[in-house]
Amino acid sequence: MDGRDMIEVKKLNKSFGDLHVLKDVDINVKESDVVCLIGASGSGKSTLLRCLNFLEIKDNGQIIIEGEEINADSHDLNKVRQKIGMVFQHFNLFPHKNVIENIMEAPVHVKGVSKEQAIKEAKELLAKVGLADKEKVYPSKLSGGQKQRVAIARALAMKPDIMLFDEPTSALDPELVGEVLTTMKELAEEGMTMVVVTHEMGFAREVADWVVYMHGGRIVEVGRPEEFFENPTEERTREFLSNIF
Amino acid sequence: MPSLTHVIDVFFATYDVFLKGMMLTLQVTAISILIAIFIGLFFAFLKISGVKVLQWIADAYIYLVRGTPLIVQIFIFYFGMTSFNISAFWSVALGLAFHNGAYIAEIFRGTIQSIDKGQMEAGRSLGMSRSLSMRRIILPQAFRRALPPLGNQFIIGLKDSSLAAFIGMYELFNVATTMGSNDFDNMTYLLIVAVYYLFLVYLISIVVRLLEKKLSVSD
Repeated sequence: MDGRDMIEVKKLNKSFGDLHVLKDVDINVKESDVVCLIGASGSGKSTLLRCLNFLEIKDNGQIIIEGEEINADSHDLNKVRQKIGMVFQHFNLFPHKNVIENIMEAPVHVKGVSKEQAIKEAKELLAKVGLADKEKVYPSKLSGGQKQRVAIARALAMKPDIMLFDEPTSALDPELVGEVLTTMKELAEEGMTMVVVTHEMGFAREVADWVVYMHGGRIVEVGRPEEFFENPTEERTREFLSNIF
Repeated sequence: MPSLTHVIDVFFATYDVFLKGMMLTLQVTAISILIAIFIGLFFAFLKISGVKVLQWIADAYIYLVRGTPLIVQIFIFYFGMTSFNISAFWSVALGLAFHNGAYIAEIFRGTIQSIDKGQMEAGRSLGMSRSLSMRRIILPQAFRRALPPLGNQFIIGLKDSSLAAFIGMYELFNVATTMGSNDFDNMTYLLIVAVYYLFLVYLISIVVRLLEKKLSVSD
C-alpha cells in the first residue's frame, strides 16, 4: 500500500450519445497492485479500462498517470500509451505478421530499437510466455491461448509500467483459460501494475490485491479479495456474487 | 467466316505488327493502372477521412467518372492535354488512370474499412500513431484483400485501353481494324486480336494469382 500512485481516476464521466456509461468513477491503483474489475456486462468496466489508455476519451473528470494528469488535447497520447500495455479480449494480433514480427513491431517502429536488440528481447519474452518455439509461426496457426500469450508478450515488448487486460480469457475455450491466467499470475508476481477486467473469480480471489465491483457505470464496492468475496458490504455486490457462485 | 487455316496463316504473317501494338497496349495499360492505384488510394483516404469537404470531393470525383462514358473522358483528356503539347500517349494514359482511379478508390475504401477496428486499436495501444498504424498494420491487410477485385479492375483497364484506337494510337485494336480494312478482311483480324487480348488477360490473372499466393503465407 506504500507504493506510488500509478493511476488515479477522479470523478470520471463518459457517455456514448444518451448513454451515460461511467458516472463519477474514482479509482486508485498503486505500483505493483493488481486490480480486478468485475461486474455484469454493460456495467462500464471495459469502458473504464479503455479510458485509462485513451482508446476512449473521457467527457470530464481527471485521469492521472504516474502523477501527471493526462488530457487528450494537451498530451501526446502516443507517448502516454507506450507506458500502458493493453491486452484485448479478441487478441488483435497482426495477422499479416508472424509471432516475432508482432512482438518487434512497436519497439522497432515506435521506439526505434535496433532490429537485433528487438529480436533478442522478443525471444526472451516468448520464452517467458512459454512460446519460444513459435517465433516464425503466423497467428492463424495458433490456439486462442497461444494467441493471447503472444499478445501479452507484444504488449510487454514496449516495457510498459502498467498493463491493462480487457477480458483476456473471455474468448477462449475453457481448457485454454488456465495457460493465460498462469502467464498473468507470473506477471503479477514480478510486480507489474495490472488492471484486469475479468469474469474469472478464481483469478480475482487468488491474484488481485483489490477487487472493484461495478454496476450501472458506478463503482459499488472496492475491497481486498478475501473480504470482498466472503463479506461484501453492499447488497448489490452480494446479489452479484450469489448469481455467479 | 474466314477458315481456321486462313486465320492461322494471317496470324503468323502479321505477328510482328501485332506485337508492336501489344507492347503499346501493355505500356498504356501498365502506366495508367499504376497511376490509378495512387489516385485510388488518395481518394479512398479522402472518403474515410471523416472530413465532410474531403468526402464530398471524393464523391464528386467518383460520380463524375461513373456518370460519363469512358470514351467521352478519353476525348476530353485527349483534346484538353494535347492542346498543352502533351502527347497522345500520355493523354490516354492519364485519361484511363483518371477513370480507373475512381473504381480503385472504391475498392480500397471497402477493403480498408473491412479490416477489424481492433487492429487499429492494437496499433494505437502500442503507442503507434494513427498514420503509422494505417501504414504498417491496416494497409498491408487491406491491399491483400483488395487484390482479387483489383485484378478484375486491371483486366477491365486493359480491355478499355482499346478505346485509345479512337484517338489514333496504334495499339492492338487499331492494328486489327486498320489491317482488316486494308485487306477487306475485318473478321480475320478481329479474331486474331481477340486472341491477343485473351493472352494478355490470362497474363494479368496469373500475375495477380502469384501475388495472392505470395501474400497468403500468413493464412
